[in-house]
Amino acid sequence: MVMEFIRKTGLFLMLALLPSGLLAQEAKWNLPEPVTPLARDIFQIHNQFMLVIFIMFVVVLAIMIYSIVKHRKSRGHQPASFTGPTTRSQIAWTLVPFAILLYIDFILMGIPAVHSIQLMEDTKQGAAMVVKVTGSQWRWQYEYMDGDAQGIKFLSNLSTPQDQIYNQQEKGKDYLLEVDNPMVIPVGEKVRVLLTASDVIHNWWVPAFGSARDAIPGFLRETWVQAEKPGRYRGQCKELCGKGHGFMPIVVDVLPQEEYKLWVAAKQEEMQAASAGADKEWTMEELVSHGKGVYEKNCAVCHQANGQGLPPAFPALTGSKIVAGPNLDADGRMLVDSHLDRVWNGKNIMPGWKDTLNDVDIAAVITYERNALGNSVGDMLQPSQIKALR
Amino acid sequence: MSYSATAHHDEHHDHPTGIMRWFTTTNHKDIGTMYLIFSLIMFMVGGFMILAVRAELFQPGMQLMQPEFYNQLIGVHALIMIFAALMPAATGFANWMLPLQLGAPDMALPRLNNWGFWLLPPAAILLTLPFALALIGIGDGAIATGWTFYAPLSTQGGIGVDFAIFAVHILGISSVMGSINVIVTIFNMRAPGMTLMKMPIFAWGWLITAFLLIATIPVLAGAVTMLLTDRHFGTHFFSAAGGGDPILFQHLFWFFGHPEVYIVLLPVWGFMPQILQTFSRKPMYGYKAQVYSLWAIGVLSLVVWAHHFFTVGMPIPALVYFMFSTMAISLPLAVLFFCWIATIWRGSMTFETPMLFAIGWIILFGIGGLTGLVLADVAADAQYHHTYFVVAHFHYTLFAGGIMGIMAGVYYWLPKMTGHMYSETLGKWHFWLTAISFNLTFIPQFFLGLAGMPRRIPDYALQFADFNAVSTVAAFVLGLAQLIFIYNVVQCARGGKKATDRVWEGAEGLEWTLPSPPPYHSFTVQPVIK
Repeated sequence: MVMEFIRKTGLFLMLALLPSGLLAQEAKWNLPEPVTPLARDIFQIHNQFMLVIFIMFVVVLAIMIYSIVKHRKSRGHQPASFTGPTTRSQIAWTLVPFAILLYIDFILMGIPAVHSIQLMEDTKQGAAMVVKVTGSQWRWQYEYMDGDAQGIKFLSNLSTPQDQIYNQQEKGKDYLLEVDNPMVIPVGEKVRVLLTASDVIHNWWVPAFGSARDAIPGFLRETWVQAEKPGRYRGQCKELCGKGHGFMPIVVDVLPQEEYKLWVAAKQEEMQAASAGADKEWTMEELVSHGKGVYEKNCAVCHQANGQGLPPAFPALTGSKIVAGPNLDADGRMLVDSHLDRVWNGKNIMPGWKDTLNDVDIAAVITYERNALGNSVGDMLQPSQIKALR
Repeated sequence: MSYSATAHHDEHHDHPTGIMRWFTTTNHKDIGTMYLIFSLIMFMVGGFMILAVRAELFQPGMQLMQPEFYNQLIGVHALIMIFAALMPAATGFANWMLPLQLGAPDMALPRLNNWGFWLLPPAAILLTLPFALALIGIGDGAIATGWTFYAPLSTQGGIGVDFAIFAVHILGISSVMGSINVIVTIFNMRAPGMTLMKMPIFAWGWLITAFLLIATIPVLAGAVTMLLTDRHFGTHFFSAAGGGDPILFQHLFWFFGHPEVYIVLLPVWGFMPQILQTFSRKPMYGYKAQVYSLWAIGVLSLVVWAHHFFTVGMPIPALVYFMFSTMAISLPLAVLFFCWIATIWRGSMTFETPMLFAIGWIILFGIGGLTGLVLADVAADAQYHHTYFVVAHFHYTLFAGGIMGIMAGVYYWLPKMTGHMYSETLGKWHFWLTAISFNLTFIPQFFLGLAGMPRRIPDYALQFADFNAVSTVAAFVLGLAQLIFIYNVVQCARGGKKATDRVWEGAEGLEWTLPSPPPYHSFTVQPVIK
């Protein structure tokens, strides 16, 4: 590993000597192209302010360089002895930079900033729909609150394989910025985004939207998005939220109206199929194979793909007493501190999944954990048993 | 400023020798030296940690460490650099130079001084011990929340958080004791005739720092204690489930955290004009304007804290208030910049190492200040916040504005402290390597932030790869360049060309009237300022 590192360092140094090698790469030098009114506003403010401070910097630097070149002892410059402005015109001159700065702070940049704040906080007026976004360690959940899409609710997980992260496999184009279920919104509509979190503070940020707002556990915060151009936009959580902080991207698909309607219909159907699945009798093989997928998406980040966990923070499932114990009593009621109880309600860092996974997923993942990952408890849970608990 | 002849005297005191001298010393110069050495050691420890981080970030993908360990490194790096490198260095200068500059025999409270220093090593051990404990299977490593301890992430963290809370308590007590000592010394120990407005401006910078520390450290101590009780004693200050509010923690933390920036910088703003006037051979420009500006910044710094978390969502009036009050800091700061530049203007400059660092410091700290002005803009902040843009910004203020400033001070006073001249050639190499590699490390980070790379992530998307590679290589050069500094300082302490009393041609002030190195008790007869 170290040798590889040194080899790559050497490679880089060679590239650095050939500027063309760097320039050929796709380097980005400024904020991304804005696609919402808010992002456009911010983009303008940013560019203008950068220009202002750049001019200030260059002017001051020029004065200093002039002084450094001219007023040096090696050129025989004799030191002056003034310690402050003396004449009235000198005093006036010392006030000039002060006045310029006052103007920049509170008028030139200050007034657009206030307008921008008002725009930023104008989340409700004219909003066509509401989407609730919940951050949790380390994934996002999207829930559509009204309109045709009401009731649509899904988790959005990083879809980059672990093998790419640990350099076992070549990295894809959208490495770390790809998810299994992107959020989908219609183009041109103002979407009010409600934010909250289930464990620690997260921050829902899509640079092209100019929306950065914290998702705070126990509180609702809001922002808004009105994307003007269809496309796929990517962002990341930007509030440190634990070990998976770098691995909870945000992907938003902005679709034309008709395509959005089709997506809503397809998603509704998918959700109905899932709930219908809860009524049928599943075989062990079906549950284990479905549960494996659920486990790898949602559980493996902490308990690891092999079930060994990362003790002491994340206990192993392999050989766990809780996993080996019974789940339901004779009347089908959930036992306290059972395997099911942990998955259903969570404990400490472990989140509760009863609101985020459907009956099939919960039954399948529990069955998988009990009969794979080095465990062989031998029993299974049926989705119908989970449904009965709700 | 003029003064009467100072009494030079022989040393014939009983004081322990060997290691006990350092444990029991109440001498301001011994304690100052220990602060500076401690700071240098911790600077290397913190630097080593961040080089490990930069190595991990050299390329996309996880190569050298796990994300948990990465999070521990970045948090402890910041805590060490701020609390154990920058602040002790400033306190070291206060100890060494305040009695010399004020014409006092020693600091006013020598035993408190000793205690203040000896609290630091235990605190440093508390901060780093969890790394070692994790190796033998106890706990899961050091604090992994970043240096900001944000609840509820810190509520769910491991024992590293508890260690860091106690370390912060101890460091805070040490800082408050140092501050009390500074205030008492400045108000009571000045040479006869030295009115407050004749005092060296370094004393003014430190006096304001001391007041800020006393105003804010207790708030930090309170906040982390509330965190501790949330973690272990069932309170819910920061948990919504029990009626608390996680954002309360951010308000408390940054009520300390923002003044902390000025706590670190004010001492530097204090001695920097002295360096500029020395090497321009010209009196300082606008002494009074500088003193008033230092006070204005000190006071304003107490009322702008919420600009560190605009994105949590606040009412519009709060956003507007915190934006404009933050921008208002640019006004007194501009006065300071004006005075610094006016001090060198039409002087007769030479460019020894302290002057190189001072000039470089004005320019680079200027970049930190200007980008800070942009960050105050609530709208733009939505994009910059918690990205590498912010990382670059605060390294321009804290590395260029803080550490490079401290280095200017070290080169300026090292001949006075050791009695020997350091190697000017090595000093110049150190400056140029530091300045160039610093810019190559952090300018790419501005662009990374704009391109959308969040901070505190252990791995990143492919479009960020080029800038990260440049930044990492430059960071290693920056780290290696500091070895020149250490070598130069050690060589200077061990011997070399004898330094004169005045050391620098243009040096003004009481410290330059004493021999180099100064006698054990600085001024036994107070000089009189006329």
